[in-house]
This record gives sequence, structure tokens and C-alpha cells, in this order.
Amino acid sequence: MAPLSFEVGRGECLAVTGPSGSGKSRLLRAIADLDPVEGLVFLDGAEQSEMPATEWRTYVRYLAAEPAWWTDTFAEGMPDDAAIETRVMRMVTALGLQPDDLNRPLAELSTGERQRLALVRALADDPQVLLLDEPTNGLDSGTAALVEEMIQYRMLSGNIVVLVSHDAHLLKRLATAHIALGAEAEPEGA
Amino acid sequence: MDYLTLSYWDIVLAALLLLINGAISFAFRLNMERRLAVAAVRTVVQLTLLGLLMKAIFASNTVWATLGFAVLMLLATGYEVAAQQSRRVKGWRGYVLAGGPPFFAGFITTIVVVIAIIGADPWYAPRYFLPILGMIVGNGLAGAGLVLDSVATAATRDRRAVEERLALGEPRFSALGDILRNAVRAGMLPIITAMATAGIVAIPGMMTGQILAGADPAEAAKYQIMILFVIAGATGLAVLTAAFGSVLLITDDRHRLRLERLGTAAKP
Repeated sequence: MAPLSFEVGRGECLAVTGPSGSGKSRLLRAIADLDPVEGLVFLDGAEQSEMPATEWRTYVRYLAAEPAWWTDTFAEGMPDDAAIETRVMRMVTALGLQPDDLNRPLAELSTGERQRLALVRALADDPQVLLLDEPTNGLDSGTAALVEEMIQYRMLSGNIVVLVSHDAHLLKRLATAHIALGAEAEPEGA
Repeated sequence: MDYLTLSYWDIVLAALLLLINGAISFAFRLNMERRLAVAAVRTVVQLTLLGLLMKAIFASNTVWATLGFAVLMLLATGYEVAAQQSRRVKGWRGYVLAGGPPFFAGFITTIVVVIAIIGADPWYAPRYFLPILGMIVGNGLAGAGLVLDSVATAATRDRRAVEERLALGEPRFSALGDILRNAVRAGMLPIITAMATAGIVAIPGMMTGQILAGADPAEAAKYQIMILFVIAGATGLAVLTAAFGSVLLITDDRHRLRLERLGTAAKP
């Protein structure tokens, strides 16, 4: 991966594009400190390694393109916390899901439903930085619009968003800055 | 103790049974004649050497001879467990992880057994120390082997779920918690089964040996019960240490999953 440097402010969305294998997911994973890489990441002046990794990841949240599950239902994996529960219920409605879906076996849900539940899970404890890897992948245009609205809402409330997507229209509507990885890597900065 | 000693002809007679196995393998083209022959020769050579070595150690009856033999066992332990893994931690760490837990759990419990339970005099008397250490380490080794295999396989298979949990801010022992619990369960299961079925399905090896050597079966039973308890305790220690150790080795202090540290072992 070619060296690059960028800055994203609160309420902004950095779009990351590039062909498959150009390192888009790797970049997001590096920001979330999930892979060891050379480089420095700062959040409000604090460097990644100054903070315990677990704390860093409660602020900086990576949402994988293909979410994985380890419980039978969504609800089983959720902590017993009233604030989180309220946030989850609000997002469930906003994303066009049913409250019942939280207690249905995940195996019985559709790919699109699981995709949206993964977004709910990622946002449940109110992180500050969202590293979203193809968040509308496999969604029909209606539900993709709901996800887009959710991201916009998060930006309005001050979240920093780094977005990887193949949907050029989505990027055009959301992105405030853009970097392209791969052959023509030329950070535009933000 | 009075017991019937075996002559070399008795062993040859027993070996004749192996020839039948060889004939079966040949007749059904199982292609096992060679492996059978090699295994049989290894049995003869290894156990004969062990017998001679132990005889010499018993005769010397010094703490150094006892501990020296124990160290040899440690080296063999690490090598054997590590060699059995299909995916193991690369480099010297893999051997330490494989051999360390069963050996140290075995060493500590053996010292407790010879001093506090049997009351051997001196405590390092090789006649007690070495066979007990061997039995305990052998069982711990099997348990630790199962644990390491279970952790490596599950962490590779469930990599995405583990990383998802780490990405959500869980610490490594929590993100790998299910894997850890299953591995410990897998490692403990054989000894629990052995205790539950002891005396019903089979007469345990040490008890058999003592009875054959002329001991009172009731006394042999007491020894066997004690040994099973001690083995279970030591296996538990070895299994737990191996499980926590392997989680530490396939993650790092930034709570990242580092599966690249697992390599593939050359099959022996």
C-alpha cells in the first residue's frame, strides 16, 4: 500500500475507493487497530497506542462487509444496558426492522436483515468514528436509503465516517472528501 | 513381592501374534506391514532402553539422576505434542506452549504426591518419582494436545466472529471466551471419562501392573484411585495453562487476532 495521510473532521465523511485488493478494508482495519501496521492514527489528538485497544475500539468502530455472528439471536449478544437498549430499539425502527427480529434466530433472517442488524450492533454503544465497509451491500434500494439516512444522521450528530463502497451515487451524496487507493492513489485531503 | 518373570521366549511368543496382524494386513492389502514392523521394533528398543536406564537411575538413587531423566521427559513432551498439532504456533514458542503446561503441572503435582501423599524417602526416590511423573505428564500431554488443537482449529474457523467481537471492543479473553471454554472442556473430557469408567470398562494400567507384580488388589486399587485424582488435578492445571497460553500467543497486547503466528506442522 502506498503511503498516505489524511484527516477527517467531525461530521465529515471520507470516501475510500479503489479496485478489489487495493487495501480499502485493510485501511479501515488499521484505523480500528485490528491489524498491526506502520503508521499513526489520532483521535482528538490522542494517538492510538496511548489508549488501551479495547477503549480505542469503543470510540472507533469497524463494521465488516460481511458481518459474523456468535449467538443464536441478536438479543443474546447484547449487554444488559438500558441506554443501549433504547438506542437499539430506535435504530431498529429507523432501519425498517421489526422489534421481534431481535429475538428471532439469526439463521432465519435474510441477508439484508442481518446486514442492518450488524449496523445496529455496531452503533449500539454510540461510537465516535464509524469505519463502514460496504454498509449497503446486498440491500435493496429502499433499505439502502434507510441505511444512508442513518449514516447522515450520525454525521449530523458529530460522528466521523470513513466509508468504503462501490456505490458511486451513495459516495457522491455522503462524502465530504475522497481518497482513491490503488494505481491512481492521490489523496485529496479534507 | 513375588511375581513370575518373563523369559525372552515369552516375548517372542507374544510377537508371533503380531505376525498374524502382518498376515492380515498383507492379505487385505492394508499396506500396514511396514508401519507395524517399525512400531514393534520401536517398542522393543525404546522400552528396553528405558528399562536399562531406569535400572541405572534406581541404582544411583541421586536427585540429579532423577531430575536429569525428568528433563529428558520434558524435551520429549514438548516435541511430541507439538509434532501432533496440525496447526501449531510457529517457532520455539510452539514447543514451550505444548510441553510446558503438562510438564510443569506434572512436576508440581508429582512433588506433592511423593512428599505429602506417598511419603517417599528420599522424596526424589526414582522408583516412585519417575513412574508417577510419567503417568501424570502423559495424561496432561494428551489433554494439552487436545486443547491446542481445539483452540487453533476454532480460532481459524471462527476468525470473523472473533474479530467482530474484538472490533466491538471486547478484550481478547472475552472475544475468544467460547473457544477457550470448549477447548478446556475437550482437554478435560478424557480424564473425566477415565475416572467415570475406571474399573468397569477396563482395569487401569497401573493397577494391572501392580496386580501382575504380586500386590494386593485392594492396595493396588487405593493407589490407582489416588493416581487418577492426581492425574485429573494435574491435567486440569495443564489444560487451563495451555488454553490461556495459546490465546495469549495467537493474540497480541493490542487485543488483535494474530493467526499468522500459526503454521502448519510437518506430519511425522
